[in-house]
Amino acid sequence: MSARLVVPSSLRASAGGLREVAVEGATLRAVLDDLGARMPGLERRIRDERGLLRPHVLVFVDGLMVRAESDLDTPVPEGCEVLVAPAVSGG
Amino acid sequence: MAEALVLVGTRKGLIIARSDAGRRSWDVDPMHFANQEVSAVAIDTRRDTPRILAGISWGHWGTSVAYSDDLGHTWQEPDHAPIAFPESTGAALARVWQLHPAPAGQPDVVYAGVEPHALFRSEDGGLSFSLVQGLWDHPHRTQWRPGGGGACLHTVVTHPEDPQWLMAVMSAGGAYRSLDGGATWNPANRGISQPGAPEDQRFPEFGQCVHKVAMHPSRPSRLFAQNHFGVYRSEDAGASWVAIEDGLPSNFGFPIVVHPEHPDMLFNFPLEADMNRIPPSGRCRVYRSTDAGGSWQALSVGLPSETYYAAVLRDAMTTDGGAPAGLYFGTRLGEVYGSLDCGDSWSAVATRLPDVLSVRAAVLP
Repeated sequence: MSARLVVPSSLRASAGGLREVAVEGATLRAVLDDLGARMPGLERRIRDERGLLRPHVLVFVDGLMVRAESDLDTPVPEGCEVLVAPAVSGG
Repeated sequence: MAEALVLVGTRKGLIIARSDAGRRSWDVDPMHFANQEVSAVAIDTRRDTPRILAGISWGHWGTSVAYSDDLGHTWQEPDHAPIAFPESTGAALARVWQLHPAPAGQPDVVYAGVEPHALFRSEDGGLSFSLVQGLWDHPHRTQWRPGGGGACLHTVVTHPEDPQWLMAVMSAGGAYRSLDGGATWNPANRGISQPGAPEDQRFPEFGQCVHKVAMHPSRPSRLFAQNHFGVYRSEDAGASWVAIEDGLPSNFGFPIVVHPEHPDMLFNFPLEADMNRIPPSGRCRVYRSTDAGGSWQALSVGLPSETYYAAVLRDAMTTDGGAPAGLYFGTRLGEVYGSLDCGDSWSAVATRLPDVLSVRAAVLP
């Protein structure tokens, strides 16, 4: 499966200025693994070294917010949009 | 032409102040890494081209180490995470508390103290680090508690000639020494008290909240420590400690620094008490001892005379390698002061900054 990962403005420097990155994978975990293989400097902003989403990072798979570690197994359909966003948090 | 740098890691970015070797006036760069917490900075002067390292918390996007090989004008960060816990640990990097280039005899070795309590070592000048497994595997580790700022390994001390000798200092785990390059570690807190504990547990083997340890490279057997409770000196490389707080207004504080040209001269910045972390009597004063802690003198010439409530954090007092040596400290009020006369007088290097976390300085040829 291929999908489009939408990069937030605050991460574009880590994505070579790109707004979107083409990624491969059948699940969100596989998509992020693929991203890590090709753009490790971007992927490690999104997940920590345990492979967990950072606490203040939101990911939406075709509009569905991913919250929990287990949600990394969320299917990523062909052509889907994976939107990464900084959570509105921090006080 | 020689250039002097003062690096100031703050809660909201990195400030670099530049001067010539005279260090009488300073130009301050526009902020680097704006809005990011820069919790640790280092100037690696061992390289032909000095390298600057900065431990950065990228807000939502995790923690990393950036480097500059052009004195801070431009910055790079490796694609890979410079510091990452191995999968087997189940841990994740929360914050970089200390970046410590090793002595000149180990030209590419840099140590990093991090949160959660761990020590990392780089052999490529700080581009990639590996966990010092011997300390991570220490049986005491599960009993180390977090300090007020977190479960931090905040200070690394290295020996000027013996690469096998290392000290790692943690809040609140205490000081640990390795005599075999980090393979094995032993607590080094004998003589350091734990006020509030039952009488028979007043001097535990470990668990004290050491805030900073300093060594003078010409006297590596002598160490100074500023603790959560107490100021101490060791004459046996950390095997034992004696209190040297008589003459200070308080035994609480964070930084302690030895003057590069005078091994008996040390500086700290006492705070009223652990439950009242403001300068004693609301006065911004550095304290100096010229006899290795036998007596202390308050220094205030050139420092704010108005009531002052800001602390100086543990990594925010430092010296440079100039002649005469410069002393610098930064406060949580965002002010950095420097002195070229052993603290007799001070002047502002930079003001109106975010609160200061880490200060390093160098005079470069």
